[in-house]
Amino acid sequence: MPKVKIPTPLRQYAGGNAEVEVSGSTAGEALRDLTERHPELRNHLYTGDGKLRSFVNVYKGDEDIRYLDGQETEISEGDELSIIPSIAGGES
Amino acid sequence: MALKIGQGDLRNIHRHAEEAYPEECAGALVGMDVGEVKIVVDVWRAENTHEEERSRRFLIRPEQVREFEERARERDMDVLGFYHSHPDHPAEPSEYDREHAWPYYSYVIASVTQEGVKDVKSWVLRDDRSGYEQEELVR
Repeated sequence: MPKVKIPTPLRQYAGGNAEVEVSGSTAGEALRDLTERHPELRNHLYTGDGKLRSFVNVYKGDEDIRYLDGQETEISEGDELSIIPSIAGGES
Repeated sequence: MALKIGQGDLRNIHRHAEEAYPEECAGALVGMDVGEVKIVVDVWRAENTHEEERSRRFLIRPEQVREFEERARERDMDVLGFYHSHPDHPAEPSEYDREHAWPYYSYVIASVTQEGVKDVKSWVLRDDRSGYEQEELVR
């Protein structure tokens, strides 16, 4: 099964796991399966209208899926997706 | 939860905030989470890669976050959170900060003016993302 690597700040919502095995043949399906297994992740990954939050980045290997086929990016058995934070903010 | 940070690391955050003024600075807090307290062992500067309005915005790209995590792991440490500065604004998180925040991480904010850093506070996002809890800074 493909795996999703969970960053430190989200592990508490994924049963403390650094890595979760998921099913799915695209990145979108894998993420959906992940949030079905661990529903508490949803609010931190997606906005209210179901879009991936802008500071949540999903990589297949070393590549951001935004520069591949996005949610449609194909994944297979041995693939590893990583959720990687970008950190943003500002004073107003 | 409390954040223990030594004078040397705090001084480095002050210096970074003052050098970057009037733009915002940002960096990583690295160390050990021992349960009740997160212990900062080092602070690493990040590049503020926000394309515009860097006096009120900062961005640390995922590639750099990943690099920080790998560097921390090589030293048996973790990324505990991030610091950034608020030029001419208080050390309180803004709505924009909240929208972009991750849970668990400590967010250290330094209020800085032309005269230097005036205040430093640390914040942690609530589980339901509704706001922040202030975190005790142990020096």
